[in-house]
Amino acid sequence: MPPITSSLPILQLEGLVTQFNTPEGTLFAVNNVSFDLQEGEVLGVVGESGCGKSVTMLSMLRLTPGKVISGQAFFNQQDLLSISLNELNKIRCLEISMVFQDPMCSLNPVITIGKQIAEPLEFHLGYSKKQARNRVVELLSLVGIPEARKRLDDYPHQFSGGMRQRCMIAMALSCNPKIVIADEPTTALDVTIQAQIVELVQRLQSEMGMSLIWITHDLGVIAGLAERVIVMYGGKIIEEAGVKELYKNPRHPYTVGLLESLPKLTDTKHQSLQAIDGVPPVLYQKPTHCTFAPRCKYAIDDCWEMEPKLEEVGKAHRVACWAVDRVKRIVE
Amino acid sequence: MMDTAPLLQVKGLVKHFPIYRGVFQRQVASVRAVDDITFDVTRGEAFGLVGESGCGKSTAGRTILQLYKPTAGNVIFDGVDLTKLSDEKLRRMRRRAQMIFQDPYASLNPRMTIGQIIAEPMLVHGLATHKEVTEKVKEYLRIVRLNPGFASRFPHEFSGGQRQRVGIARALALQPDFIVCDEPISALDVSIQAQIVNLMEELQARLSLTYLFIAHDLSMVRHISHRVAVMYLGILVELSDREELYNHPLHPYTQALLSAVPVPDPAVQKNRKRIILQGDVPSAVNPPSGCRFRTRCRLAQALCAEQTPAWREASAKHWVACHFA
Repeated sequence: MPPITSSLPILQLEGLVTQFNTPEGTLFAVNNVSFDLQEGEVLGVVGESGCGKSVTMLSMLRLTPGKVISGQAFFNQQDLLSISLNELNKIRCLEISMVFQDPMCSLNPVITIGKQIAEPLEFHLGYSKKQARNRVVELLSLVGIPEARKRLDDYPHQFSGGMRQRCMIAMALSCNPKIVIADEPTTALDVTIQAQIVELVQRLQSEMGMSLIWITHDLGVIAGLAERVIVMYGGKIIEEAGVKELYKNPRHPYTVGLLESLPKLTDTKHQSLQAIDGVPPVLYQKPTHCTFAPRCKYAIDDCWEMEPKLEEVGKAHRVACWAVDRVKRIVE
Repeated sequence: MMDTAPLLQVKGLVKHFPIYRGVFQRQVASVRAVDDITFDVTRGEAFGLVGESGCGKSTAGRTILQLYKPTAGNVIFDGVDLTKLSDEKLRRMRRRAQMIFQDPYASLNPRMTIGQIIAEPMLVHGLATHKEVTEKVKEYLRIVRLNPGFASRFPHEFSGGQRQRVGIARALALQPDFIVCDEPISALDVSIQAQIVNLMEELQARLSLTYLFIAHDLSMVRHISHRVAVMYLGILVELSDREELYNHPLHPYTQALLSAVPVPDPAVQKNRKRIILQGDVPSAVNPPSGCRFRTRCRLAQALCAEQTPAWREASAKHWVACHFA
């Protein structure tokens, strides 16, 4: 696995702003998000529901129903957010593909699995029906579906949840993409099946060498999988660091709080969990201060007046917090 | 804190759901959701019941409360066999055994205010008159740390965590002894889960409640429960004190389940030796012969297909059903 290098990133997102027009007013879903993805890197994106992690990724591929107000997403010197739809279609699936959270909702229930996975092969790569069918068998075996040839003509409902997610992964890998974005691929699954899928994706990633963005709310899954982690809150990146650094030395009060609130399997003495008070924000107003301030026990006056910017606090470790020095003192 | 007499005794509880087919709707098979489980819950205890989805843990919880009529077996609650009670007597018994549901969005009636939702059970069971009920609702809202002024609001105005607090207040309103908590936190955001678990623990100590805590999140179950039972495909495979179960799991299924729980520490998570189970949970319509776990078990031998392993006490208070554990 390559370390974080200074080479040109394969994907570069700059200043993404996405908003939704709802009957209740404008929802500020993503507020100025920028990040890089290196070639062959596994990037974890962590956050709670509504923090903007999925919308960020969907906006990049122009799949969101919301409105992308500004931002650029560079892939191969092309800005995904301004090229024509025709050009974008060549990048979707061929270069960047996605695995969605709920495999039941993202597979078409009235088309056989074989046909669904063959579709991008025929459409993008011009395979004949027969070639595509053979390739689908290969792909299904690759993702660990037993007796793949027999199962080609089965419908999604004949597969279990874990098997459906394997089919989604086969579909995402069908055109050998350079980047796979996995949006909470194991959230709907049991822990034992989650472990199977994580192991599968890890194996495929190291064999095929693609870059992987893994979105989740589970800090446990990401610990074993990612090399670098982005933590999102209120539509912004609030912390970004290498995986070891983030868990050993979290600096944003939200990240600290999340890690403290988890019960650990290795805990021996019984004590109350350290809960974060309050609830995640719903952003109907443009944030003008730190969105975490209402729940933050370290908040100072500045937090209520200005939005913090991501600033370097250590090697490849960036945090958006006005009270970051205070947090460090108190945690220690 | 804990009294030794069991508050709840579940004896050989079975729940099969029939499958009907054809013009005459004849019964062709049955889903054996719960197939002979036996355990006690001590007064003041939090008893954890864990397993994968489809293993029958929620069905077990509902059958214990007689929300489903058991196919066989007895549920003895404080000396009374619930399965033999008349409807009227059972209704009165229900006051003492309540339930908190998984989905705080689906389990509150969207057309009733929070106040009405909490008041209804009290009025039905005659625990309060219409005059007193408003005051009592406020009291219960305070107990679950919600603003008493919220009583006139509707469920859609609240977040998931707040709704789950309303669900808890509704259960508490009948002053029960026993609460079945059916995955009460799995629909909530990570930062909210700890709030609800802390509240439930505090209430347990304050009101001397007994919990049956059903969940699939093993780390949370470990945190809240005193004893834990592991269920697989309708049967119990292991039952023990919390520390014992997590430190010395005997059944290969428990071992696999524990090793699949992700640990939020990269150093540990990346180097852990993990037991990855192959395949999925088999169908409960036609479970494997002998030991039900044998199709996914790394220790399975010919014996496992022939003989159902006995439910035995492997060491003091540590029960397991496996030939080789």
